[in-house]
Amino acid sequence: MSVVAGDATLAGEGRPEPAAPAAKRPHHWGRIALPAYSWLVIAYLVFPIVVMFIYSFNKSVGGVPQVSFSWNGFTTLWYRTWNDAPGLTSAFWLSIRLALIATAISTVLGTLLAMALVRYRPRQFHGKGVIEQILFVNIAAPEIVMGASLLGLFVTFNIGRGFLTLVLAHVMFCIAYVAVTVRARLTGFDRALEEAAYDLGAGPFTTFRRVTLPMIMPGVLAGALMAFALSIDDFVTSNFVSGTASPFPVLIYASTRVGIPPQVFVFGSVIFAVGIALALSSLAIGRKRT
Amino acid sequence: MPAVVWLVLLFVVPLVIMLSLSLKTCNPASGACTMTWNWGELPRQVNLYRTEFFTSLEYGAAATIVDLVLSFPIAYWIAFYGGRKKNFFLMMLLVPFFVSFVIRTLVWEFILSPSGFFLTFLRHAHLVNANFHVLGTGSAVIAGLAYNYLPFTALPLYVALERIDRRVLEAAYDLYASRRQAFMRVILPLSIPGIFAAFLLTFIPAFGDYVNQQILGGTSSTMIGTVIQNTFLVTGDYAAGSALSVVVLVISLVGIWLYSRVLGSRSIEEYL
Repeated sequence: MSVVAGDATLAGEGRPEPAAPAAKRPHHWGRIALPAYSWLVIAYLVFPIVVMFIYSFNKSVGGVPQVSFSWNGFTTLWYRTWNDAPGLTSAFWLSIRLALIATAISTVLGTLLAMALVRYRPRQFHGKGVIEQILFVNIAAPEIVMGASLLGLFVTFNIGRGFLTLVLAHVMFCIAYVAVTVRARLTGFDRALEEAAYDLGAGPFTTFRRVTLPMIMPGVLAGALMAFALSIDDFVTSNFVSGTASPFPVLIYASTRVGIPPQVFVFGSVIFAVGIALALSSLAIGRKRT
Repeated sequence: MPAVVWLVLLFVVPLVIMLSLSLKTCNPASGACTMTWNWGELPRQVNLYRTEFFTSLEYGAAATIVDLVLSFPIAYWIAFYGGRKKNFFLMMLLVPFFVSFVIRTLVWEFILSPSGFFLTFLRHAHLVNANFHVLGTGSAVIAGLAYNYLPFTALPLYVALERIDRRVLEAAYDLYASRRQAFMRVILPLSIPGIFAAFLLTFIPAFGDYVNQQILGGTSSTMIGTVIQNTFLVTGDYAAGSALSVVVLVISLVGIWLYSRVLGSRSIEEYL
């Protein structure tokens, strides 16, 4: 959910930019204590990631390929044998596949829903209020309730749990986030542009592809990014509906009972590095454009 | 609209089924449930797991308050003094999300473990005494929850503070308000919807969480999420699990309902 909040400000539209430093120059504590405190909080947020990185180089005890709490010496063995932990790599690819499929479906469905919600007034669109309530409760409901109720559904109708039920569940919890994200970007949309396209002889499909879609693209991309992030990291719902197919977080959680393979921290470190690199480069590109 | 069909079939219908399951009687061995209109199951389960409900409320609230206190100053700093580096600092708030939730929680187990290098170092430096331990206590669970859900608090607070019209603040200064008065009587009141949104968006997931409790809390102080998970996935008593889930849902809905009553149902979405 937080991706959106961050993203809304990346665009910075619609809000009065403080041209002059209206908030007065920072007071003495604003110059020293507040930044110092903020950096401490950032250090607290980064600290576990550093610990994860250090532990990914920790030797194991007695040749058993399991992470150990105590420090036994430096090794790059787990990076060299990253593929050797049973089931870990395949669980990772399963999560990627699942996230891509769930993102594709939920982005299309969520975008269409957002457009319908913005364009039609309650009188034209029966049940608009109810749909908005459903979206709201869907986002706010605790995940354990969603996971448990889905399990109840699949058991009641005797649906075997596996990749398909994972896709069904992931699309379900991504749609509302996509719809809300896209809707936030749609509110300032000028419909006169579409009418102009119609006047110039474009059909509904051409108008959508050449006029509407390019204009709402930033919102759609933000929604898709959010859906991907939600899906790839989902544990609670997945744990209820995964059955025989184990996504990455479910497999790691299961391994906490039998011994965690050290490659888990290798995967964590590499995924973190790649993700941060992508985010920083997109920030840099965004800055260059403005 | 296909999206609505999807949501109804996989969100609304399951909730209805969950309600009806809580009135059924299930045979854990075969997994078969028959409708017995067993209205007694709900109060019976609540009574049985009263401690776990209270533990969850307590840990969820404690973690949320820790998060509010930790993140208000940083959200304030980024919103008012972030300048051109705003996006960079917001990304720093999101840094934990670049590591999988389960791995993040696992790392806290390593940090808090008595044999881990962090506590070993603190012991050698005599910063903590020899029999200091956190892992397996409620404090470890609260620490884990607070860490995992901090961005859920910080970002709504940031959105609320960023949205405050600077001209209102300027007007306060023009009318000879001191910094303290401007903060107490302009900034703080205007950020109240954001504070409530942050509270709900952090408390609801923290209240229903069971990963932190399972990994960091050991066998002590079980939370309700753990009980629900076990009744569904271990003992297979769907009626009992559904009854407990209904209660968790109702508690969350009461919070959401109160919020939308006071501040409008769409306003919380602005903080997502």
